[in-house]
Amino acid sequence: MLITAIGVALIRSLFAAVMLYGIFSLLTATVFVILDAVDVAFTEAAVGTSISTILMLSALSLTGARMEITERSRPILALCVALGVGAVLAYGLSDLPLFTDPFNPSNLHIVPRYLEVSPWETGIPNVVTSVLASYRGYDTLGEVVVIFTAGVGVISLLGKFRRQARGEN
Amino acid sequence: MQHHTVLHVLAKLLIPFVLVFALYVQFHGEYGPGGGFQAGVIFGAGFILYGIIFGKEAALHVAPPKVIYTKAAAGVLLYTGVGIAGMLMGGEFLNYSVLLEDPIAGQHWGILLIELGVGLTVASVMISLFLLFANYTHPEIPPED
Repeated sequence: MLITAIGVALIRSLFAAVMLYGIFSLLTATVFVILDAVDVAFTEAAVGTSISTILMLSALSLTGARMEITERSRPILALCVALGVGAVLAYGLSDLPLFTDPFNPSNLHIVPRYLEVSPWETGIPNVVTSVLASYRGYDTLGEVVVIFTAGVGVISLLGKFRRQARGEN
Repeated sequence: MQHHTVLHVLAKLLIPFVLVFALYVQFHGEYGPGGGFQAGVIFGAGFILYGIIFGKEAALHVAPPKVIYTKAAAGVLLYTGVGIAGMLMGGEFLNYSVLLEDPIAGQHWGILLIELGVGLTVASVMISLFLLFANYTHPEIPPED
């Protein structure tokens, strides 16, 4: 994963970068499977690996596959800031509870209730689905509206040009 | 891609399975992993495969933009409609338990319907994104064909 991430940042050919990004996304999906988050892995594989790659490729077909060679600047200050923030985050990590600790606060708040009651309250065996669709219905509605808005945005941006071009011909 | 016989045959073999798998993910999300979002993306990917192999004219013939846009809006409306139906039946917004006599059956149907709304919107937005990108010609550069 680290190698593909560095590759995406360094490589000059945008086509290869898109392909490496797809591979990175697939590796992320396998990590989610290892963490037993099958729903998330499914989403990552479908969205990150297939659809984003296709959309980026179609964007490339519009813009051209080579990156313009820009002058290499050496932003030392930015590097220092990035390293400093990274060090602070790494320091903060040491205070977090262990990842698999069953007694850490995020596992004690509402998760046990979801796990124990949701199959009887909603009649649905997959807890992820019942949390997403029923307990967190507002959030999911918001997500759908966001996707719809994004679609409308692209339609109004690209669809308009198409009509103009056709009108000129 | 108009004359690649192997790709044509393979795509014709694959696409029905992709679409059926999307429907399986859509309606089986309560029992296994998956749900409306993933199903919509898989359905969109199956359709995009068709668009890539058979060309954008064929794709536009199967899915005219008006139909796709209407479906995207219909998904959001279905979701909010289920929520408002819950309000009208005497519960809170997006409370499915009051939809039917049996609260569990109400939850079941409510979740099924809103997942269908999610799937509709996601699939049609993905398809329309692809079609718009494929159909876009730069205003200043005349199209090649």
